[in-house]
Amino acid sequence: MNPVLALDIGWGTTLAIKAVIVLAIVPLTALILGYVFLLKMMSHMQSRLGPMDPGGFHGWYQLLGDGIKFLQKEDIMPAEADRRVFALAPAVVVLSTFLVFVVIPAGPRLVVQPLDVGVFYALAVSSLSVIGVLMAGWASSNKYALLGGLRAAAQLIAYELPLVLAVVGVVVQAGTMNLEGIVHFQQTGELFGWSGIGFPLILTQFIGFALFMVAAQAELTQPPFDMPVAESELVAGYMVEYTGFRFLFFFIGEFGTAFAFAALAATLFLGGWATPWVHGTAADWLGPLVLFTKVMLVAFLMFWARFTYPRFREDQLQAIAWKWLIPIALFNIMLTGVLKVAF
Amino acid sequence: MTTTDLPEPGKLPDVDVDPSAFRHLADAQVNVELDTGDMVLNIGPQHPATHGTLRLVVRLDGERVIAADPIIGYMHRGYEKLTEFRTYPQITTLINRIDWLSSFANEVPFISAAESLMSIEAPPRAQYIRTILTELSRIATFLLFLGEMGLQVGAITPAFYGFRDREYVLNLIEAVTGGRFHPNFNRIGGLKDDLPWGFIADCRGTMQKVLASCDEFEDLVAGNPIFQARTRSIGIIPAELGAAYGVSGSNLRASGVDWDLRRDGVPYLVYNDLDWKVWTHPDGDSFARYWVRLQETRESARMVLQMLDMLPAGPIMAKVPRIIKVPEGEVFVNTENPLGEMGYYVISKGATGPFRVKIRSASFSNVSILPWLLRGVYIPDIITILAGLYFILGDIDR
Repeated sequence: MNPVLALDIGWGTTLAIKAVIVLAIVPLTALILGYVFLLKMMSHMQSRLGPMDPGGFHGWYQLLGDGIKFLQKEDIMPAEADRRVFALAPAVVVLSTFLVFVVIPAGPRLVVQPLDVGVFYALAVSSLSVIGVLMAGWASSNKYALLGGLRAAAQLIAYELPLVLAVVGVVVQAGTMNLEGIVHFQQTGELFGWSGIGFPLILTQFIGFALFMVAAQAELTQPPFDMPVAESELVAGYMVEYTGFRFLFFFIGEFGTAFAFAALAATLFLGGWATPWVHGTAADWLGPLVLFTKVMLVAFLMFWARFTYPRFREDQLQAIAWKWLIPIALFNIMLTGVLKVAF
Repeated sequence: MTTTDLPEPGKLPDVDVDPSAFRHLADAQVNVELDTGDMVLNIGPQHPATHGTLRLVVRLDGERVIAADPIIGYMHRGYEKLTEFRTYPQITTLINRIDWLSSFANEVPFISAAESLMSIEAPPRAQYIRTILTELSRIATFLLFLGEMGLQVGAITPAFYGFRDREYVLNLIEAVTGGRFHPNFNRIGGLKDDLPWGFIADCRGTMQKVLASCDEFEDLVAGNPIFQARTRSIGIIPAELGAAYGVSGSNLRASGVDWDLRRDGVPYLVYNDLDWKVWTHPDGDSFARYWVRLQETRESARMVLQMLDMLPAGPIMAKVPRIIKVPEGEVFVNTENPLGEMGYYVISKGATGPFRVKIRSASFSNVSILPWLLRGVYIPDIITILAGLYFILGDIDR
């Protein structure tokens, strides 16, 4: 594989550039999702006038104002809190988001670190955030936060399984766990013997896609699965004691992870950066844009559900995971395996 | 279920159990070092689900409620006492603020009490306008509930729709009375002003909007499978027990009790002239309460549309002396308010102000069933039950 920047700049500098890119991407994507969906789409859906007002055109100033507000807030730590764990928890949550972005390819040669176990790695590190959430819930020395943290732990463990099982179908069909390999398979695949536009795996793995979206929604603790934060019950769950910049970290983690999961879904099921009839250098330039468009499409579905549905109860959520999602996912794997052998 | 199966009203179960008493049990031997005692969680007074300053002390085993104890009084403003130092026209300003969502409906029973002591009757046009405004405030209150309940169950969007649609109705009330929340529009013997120019056409249009938004709530919230999973068979109030606790209004009708003071009580306003229906639901759970209020919102909108057609001409004030002195006597007037039965017991000693006023507010009785209702439910169900009962703190604490 040739590097995009065909310069001999040494591994140290390359690593530094990559680190900066990943570090910049996570807050940027979080801001984009926050702006487009949380402020604009939600305002339109809910007839909210507030976020459409500040700064003139479509309330462009709102996000800036929110950011400045967070930075101004006093950094409060409860007197009884476990200080080190409390301070570390938001960083752990954001870290797991950073690590997912490492393996997502944005173009034929544009990936921070290609891994042969890319799918496995991405799903593994994305669940690191539960440790941060549990730390936050425990260290806050607040009963609401503790309930929220425990709910989050129970929920994320229950939904880790369907999330992984939903992806197994894709892996079986593509024959690789490397995300670049999966995109390559989709770009060069044949649709009923016609190799024109490639073969987005959603055409055969639609069950897997639906399961992945549901499980991702639960992993992200978004409605209808937002019991860990549940504003109307636990006020904000594990985040209840966090203010200012630390709260902003959780916010970035939440939306950054939403972007990461949308990017994973786009890569696994919708063909990632691949565009029909575009190869070579053109794909290098077009790839990130195409991926971004697909990510926004998937994220739209996620946020649409978020703004529409009420919240399940914790026991109902567990019942859905264990009684429905996991059996369906296993059936999907079996079906995929049989069809793979048959054809 | 009969009343004999149920615990005595107001009596909490004995929950002061020493966890060490169970340590001899086989499975407890393993975890003898772990203290698995109950957790006491304080919900409120500052909690978004308590609509103000209700405080619930909840004893939890995991997420299951063992006992819940509502503590009220954080918003006590002493209105019953304050009325003893005010004249009758001044008191309507106070009682606007008891149930602040449906202030106009609060005024009606008090004014009726004063009128009946003075043997004055408001002219028909005033009675009609009073009924229209009472039903408008009922619609405004219920629209907020229809959205708010969605919010408490976890959907943000219905709350905004509820506030948006209530705004249309509040605009109407403001057009007539000048006040959006606290109209202070009733006078003894009639009303302050007549309807403004163009009100009838505006009101017709708004009632169509209300009917449309009821359909929207039925689709978006009541028809949602998650909402139904969260509210069906949650917080069931048996009819006899509800009546024994003094639960009233839509909460009791949702338990299947066909009782509405607008129809069954002492006739007041012009409800007997109208063609309308009392809605009940047999289940008595949170979903039934939502469904009944949804139907009652529609019914109120239809009643307003009827009244706009039937509105008689004529004066809006009866002949009333300049200085209002109420003759000696006692009277109790209760009406069907949006939150339930509201009544005023007024004792007059012939002065310009009452000697004593006792306010029977609906929410106070409605929340008294909470300790019984909340036992054994999960934390999320507390919130749906609180939202479904629909109380206003000002109406509890007065």
